[in-house]
Amino acid sequence: MKAYSNEVEPEIFRVLTPDGEIIETIDGKIDKSLMLKMYESMLLLRTFDRKSVNLQRQGRIGTYAPFEGQEASQVGSALALSAGDWMFPTYRDHGAAIIHGQELYRVFLYWMAHFDGSICPEGKRILPPSVPIATQMVHAVGTAWASKIRGEKNVSIAYFGDGATSEGDFHEALNFAGVYKTPTIFFCQNNGYAISVPFEKQSASKTISQRAAAYDIHGVRVDGNDIFAVWLTVKQAVERALNGEGPTLIEAITFRYGAHTTADNPNIYRDQDEISTFWRENRDPITRLRKYLNKEGHWNEEQEELALKKFNELIDAHLQKAEGYPKSDPLEMFNHVYAEESWHLKEQKQELNQILRKGGKK
Amino acid sequence: MGKNLTMLQAITEAMDQMLGHDDRVMIMGEDIGVNGGVFRSTEGLYEKYGKDRVIDTPLAESGIIGSAIGLALNGMLPIVEIQFLAFIYPGFEQLVSHAARMRYRTRGQFGVPLLIRTPYGAGIRGPELHSESVETFFAHTPGLKVVAPSNPYDAKGLLISALEDPDPVIFLEPTKLYRAFKEEVPDEMYRIPIGQAKVVQEGSDLTIYAWGAMLREALNAAKKIEAEKGWKCEVVDLRTLYPLDRDTIVQSIKKTGRALIVHEAHKTAGLGAEIISIINDEALIYLKAPIKRVTGFDVPVPPFTIEDHYLPTVDRVKQGIVETLSF
Ligand SMILES: Cc1ncc(C[n+]2csc(CCOP(=O)(O)OP(=O)(O)O)c2C)c(N)n1
Repeated sequence: MKAYSNEVEPEIFRVLTPDGEIIETIDGKIDKSLMLKMYESMLLLRTFDRKSVNLQRQGRIGTYAPFEGQEASQVGSALALSAGDWMFPTYRDHGAAIIHGQELYRVFLYWMAHFDGSICPEGKRILPPSVPIATQMVHAVGTAWASKIRGEKNVSIAYFGDGATSEGDFHEALNFAGVYKTPTIFFCQNNGYAISVPFEKQSASKTISQRAAAYDIHGVRVDGNDIFAVWLTVKQAVERALNGEGPTLIEAITFRYGAHTTADNPNIYRDQDEISTFWRENRDPITRLRKYLNKEGHWNEEQEELALKKFNELIDAHLQKAEGYPKSDPLEMFNHVYAEESWHLKEQKQELNQILRKGGKK
Repeated sequence: MGKNLTMLQAITEAMDQMLGHDDRVMIMGEDIGVNGGVFRSTEGLYEKYGKDRVIDTPLAESGIIGSAIGLALNGMLPIVEIQFLAFIYPGFEQLVSHAARMRYRTRGQFGVPLLIRTPYGAGIRGPELHSESVETFFAHTPGLKVVAPSNPYDAKGLLISALEDPDPVIFLEPTKLYRAFKEEVPDEMYRIPIGQAKVVQEGSDLTIYAWGAMLREALNAAKKIEAEKGWKCEVVDLRTLYPLDRDTIVQSIKKTGRALIVHEAHKTAGLGAEIISIINDEALIYLKAPIKRVTGFDVPVPPFTIEDHYLPTVDRVKQGIVETLSF
């Protein structure tokens, strides 16, 4: 599939068309309040994401990985989980993490390179973003395996991109999950590019979901900009997993409008205007749900304005909290290397402490 | 009460007792189930505890270590067997990027109590890459602990400690010693603390620091030198390679003033260099001679037809002692 292709993709699961029409029966599985939650969550995340890009430009946060365009994939998948489920995000999935319970100010802290940005709320199982590509996929197999051994009704979800499917760990994870039938959900956001390399150059297989067959696990290809389709797909994967039917590989077709990170210039490797405009105008996840909600009389301009105002205030409050958060003490670098500090770390800590005190700043 | 066991039997007994003692313990690796491990270190455990606790995994080191990280995160106590040390490389990333860093990254929220056991070292006439001694890779990684026993008694006690440790431990088992000799090993589940070296022979003229299979060469050389020249060598078994037991290292050199380090790993950036640095930092004024190293050479471990020339021998160790003592 070409990232900018306008063709109808036959094997793709879609519920909500870009014009806001429902073409599959949703059997009352998604009620109005869930629809509104989906919509508002996407709106919140888009506001957060745009704000973050601006903050990076102002030098208030470090390099940032934007996800604008992928909101339906992240929100739809995260909303289909239960509170105790394990989540293994990448650096681009803080949207999903926020919906699963990560606090906004911690996400800001993460991008401000603060140690405490990787901490998740008490009782939650949201792991820090995985920076090495695909490595978190095997962890999600392990946590799911442990849940299965102990008979706990939890799934583990691993997020990754299309580029990650070329790494060895993708294959090892799917293979292990297949062999041990672990309740793992492999959620790929195929946004067409791994930094600059398009999927056609990444892999000879036409789709990612077809790889599921090689491991004899369930595979689904879904319109990643259709939040109803994503939610239903992940919900079904959760049910399968909890019924002992094993893992699911989900390929969500989506697109990132912006750069790989704020340090990247996508104009070099793709026709930015043409492709981005195509996706924005024809497939935007938020627009299409808004069209549907408007038609159904569930949402109007006034609500939109109010919601945006509310989200801006919320995000600003979290930003303030993050910016006012105590700076990392340099001595913190010695904490948590081991459960118990050993002699060499104690001494090196003391050494740095003395340097800091002599310099008069700490 | 105890019995005479080889190191291999002591290791099996430790795992057997841990499996019986704690439901969270599971063993996973290639060929460790029905086959009982290529060296038979898991022999009998599959029959006793079943396929869900002694697990024949797919042939995939990253998958094994990575999924064990997840298992450990979620409350299990996995013992991973890597078939030979050099085959850990496909799983190396999981070790250094994740097992070692999870606690740090999550500010103590999530730990990885993972034990990785692997045969290592030369002297077994193995094919290429079956004889490596690359402990430095792990001893250079904050967040990991590295343990290398040299006898059956220590192997059992250290293994139990390693499994109970809240942090990931790499447990290097000197292949050459698996069946080399037997020793009385107590029946109960005893523990030897990680991070403590042991003075295995007292002496006053020179200290030999060694670990794993090289401890035997060190002891043999010390015995011969004493017979030939009357010099008394102190021999220190490091047992834990990271973090090192600085106190024991330093106490001994303060007593003898001379040191020789024997390791089969390559010389450059081997742990010997680290031990010399510790001595320089802590006991330079006690030194009566430069510290010498007798090590494997800086070449890939060669084919087994000439492997013995790569390894430190009793003669090379003796030569080192003579040079240091006649400085
Ligand atoms: C093991 C590894 N190799 C290389 C990189 C550098 N890198 C960071 S992101 C990226 C592309 C990932 O693409 P994809 O998996 O499609 O995810 P996306 O960024 O598109 O969401 C690369 C090569 C890395 N982080 N880890």
